[in-house]
Amino acid sequence: MFDNLTGKLQEVFKKLSKRGKLSEADVDEGLREVRLALLEADVNFKVVKEFLARVRVRAVGVEVSEALNPAQQVIKIVHEELLTTLGTAAPLDLSGPSPHVIMLVGLQGSGKTTTAAKLAVRLRSIGNRPLLVAADTYRPAAVAQLETLGKQLNVPVHSEGVGKAPPEICSNGLKKAREQAYSVVVLDTAGRLAIDDQMMAELEAIKQITKPNEVLLVSDAMTGQDAVRTAEEFHRRVGLTGLILTKVDGDARGGAAISIRSVTGVPIKFMGIGEKTDALEVFHPDRLASRILGMGDMLTLIEKAQENFDQDEAAKAAQKMMEARFDMEDFLQQLQQVKKLGPISGLLDMIPGLGGMKQQVDPQQAEAQMKRIEAIINSMTPDERHRPDILNGGRKRRIARGSGTTVQDVNQLLREFREMQKMMKQFSSGKGRGLANMFRGH
Amino acid sequence: MLERVKSIRDALTRTRQAAFGRVATLLGATEITPEFWDELEALLIQADLGVETTADILEKAKAHVKREGIIRTDALKSVLKAELRAMLVTAEPLDLTTDDLRVVLIVGTNGSGKTTSIAKLAAWFKGQGRSVLLAAADTFRAAAGDQLDVWADRAGVPVIGGQPGSDPGAIVYDALQAAQSRKVNVVLIDTAGRLHTKFNLMQELKKVRNVTAKAAAGAPHETWLVLDGTTGQNALAQAQQFKAAVEVTGVIITKLDGTAKGGMVFAVSHQLQLPIRFIATGEKLGDIALFDAAAFVDGLFE
Ligand SMILES: Nc1nc2c(ncn2[C@@H]2O[C@H](COP(=O)(O)OP(=O)(O)O)[C@@H](O)[C@H]2O)c(=O)[nH]1
Ligand SMILES: [Mg+2]
Repeated sequence: MFDNLTGKLQEVFKKLSKRGKLSEADVDEGLREVRLALLEADVNFKVVKEFLARVRVRAVGVEVSEALNPAQQVIKIVHEELLTTLGTAAPLDLSGPSPHVIMLVGLQGSGKTTTAAKLAVRLRSIGNRPLLVAADTYRPAAVAQLETLGKQLNVPVHSEGVGKAPPEICSNGLKKAREQAYSVVVLDTAGRLAIDDQMMAELEAIKQITKPNEVLLVSDAMTGQDAVRTAEEFHRRVGLTGLILTKVDGDARGGAAISIRSVTGVPIKFMGIGEKTDALEVFHPDRLASRILGMGDMLTLIEKAQENFDQDEAAKAAQKMMEARFDMEDFLQQLQQVKKLGPISGLLDMIPGLGGMKQQVDPQQAEAQMKRIEAIINSMTPDERHRPDILNGGRKRRIARGSGTTVQDVNQLLREFREMQKMMKQFSSGKGRGLANMFRGH
Repeated sequence: MLERVKSIRDALTRTRQAAFGRVATLLGATEITPEFWDELEALLIQADLGVETTADILEKAKAHVKREGIIRTDALKSVLKAELRAMLVTAEPLDLTTDDLRVVLIVGTNGSGKTTSIAKLAAWFKGQGRSVLLAAADTFRAAAGDQLDVWADRAGVPVIGGQPGSDPGAIVYDALQAAQSRKVNVVLIDTAGRLHTKFNLMQELKKVRNVTAKAAAGAPHETWLVLDGTTGQNALAQAQQFKAAVEVTGVIITKLDGTAKGGMVFAVSHQLQLPIRFIATGEKLGDIALFDAAAFVDGLFE
């Protein structure tokens, strides 16, 4: 499997001289790896071809500098080109007179109904009065699903069962919105195949009647090569204005987003990142680009760390680590900092190469383990925290009692702490890859 | 009945034409050129076979060409077919005569088509003279129970469910008790969709499986993963994780009535040694058929 494009490119360019211009041959060799990465991320075959052609033009003849080695140069260009392709996040268009209509369309099972509810919640949180319209009369209980969500969220739902034609239901919903001063109407339409002419005609009718501000394609991040065809056809029939990528909380690389962007040119607006109704995130091109290239979501992690870490504390801890003066007290503080970053399962997602670890690490167990460690250290005297070596049998028994753990637990922590000290020395010398072990449950 | 078979065939033909129509033209009686290999690669990748599988197939085909001195594309056709077929694991046919209770656990990601497929399977098993009972163990998704109820009604089979938010294990237990006392042949268990990366949800699924195992001898006899035919390379990760968690024994691939090609099943089947059991080709009760590897591969070149 493909873990890190930079690594692969580094490999490719190893034999290359450190200076001079990137030749066509150099670039082509590097781009072979990029091509594989993109295809494995489900970017459409033809889209990849066009994309690489653009990168090639930019990369050939580029001066290899002191600062960036050839691999980094190519990655930089690829990344920039990806960002250009992905475009910037666009807000919902709520211009013009109320009520504004947002129409959700897409294939079966892509996540329209859940997304409709999420959008309503988001719209309400920014001061709108949303009305949901249940226009999927085909899938059994689709109406009931939206009604249930509406009830849970306390968002009104306009529904007329399954007896009426969806365009009529939408039209009535819009009328109700006008009469009752709702500011935004979100239309949940049935999933359909782009090649289903009759069903696509129904969407055209809904669009004609409701004149939506937004026609958003809801697309599953796991979609493969066919994303292009689907998006093209939806765009041709109903004129899309944006894209929402769903199920981004999984480990699909999400290359379909590039394909869809390339063939429709419409902006990506949101990403669905969970089953809960607040799990809708504004689209971040840089994060998606890193993800598509298989480089994890380090940016999010770094951002979170910047928001939550006490910079002074972190700098002090780093300094101590370098000097190998890191003690139990520092460890405790670090733990408390990490805890601020959120649940461990979320962190694992963001670190490249660790996503796969989620099957091996029980986040709950890891959290429990962290709590245990905290309790143990809290039961130590300051002196013991600075010099864990002085911990003899008696002290360990006292600590175990005080923290509600066992002497084995205390011993285990001490063992791991020593391990960690070793690891940190490696880390500071640039060799470490120990983060994974720190969270491994027992 | 005949009409149903025909409509499945039509749906698949659409898939094939979209995916492999051009391979078929490629594989007309012409000479093998370097461009031919490029186009073949393009087609296989666009059918979602993935770079690795595609490279694998191409390499094998090239080896044949060299070894057997094949120079024309039509001669290559049977070689390609055989290699593709060889990737698809075959399984013992389902035992449709036993008096023993057979329990099938249905798992998969959100929206892949589990509930709809269960309805179709219920109708299919019924058509084979089996009595069927459904267990509505998706208590998470809003109105999931209602959805299955509608389908059960259409298929004319009983369903055992519970309150939204209630313990899926308890429902499975009740359903299997009922099935045993009613001497039902087949129980199909619908579970909530979940992403294979969610540790807690996968743990919950393991629990459901454990309850199943305790509530009836030898159960679940089959655990089928429902894969959305429009899914790309992530299908492999899904299959890996679901297999690791609940010992998946087979795959159902859905939504093949669209233009997506479902080529990722080659890697899934080959790498994880999982047979493809059924294909689903629409939203009606009859839109399901036993997977036929030979026919599927033959169809690629029709
Ligand atoms: N076109 C098509 N749609 C399907 C097929 N199977 C399921 N669906 C649709 O996919 C959507 C999700 O299906 P559902 O059974 O609710 O998925 P679940 O969440 O896995 O239970 C529904 O709109 C179904 O009608 C299929 O074979 N072809
Ligand atoms: Mg379901």
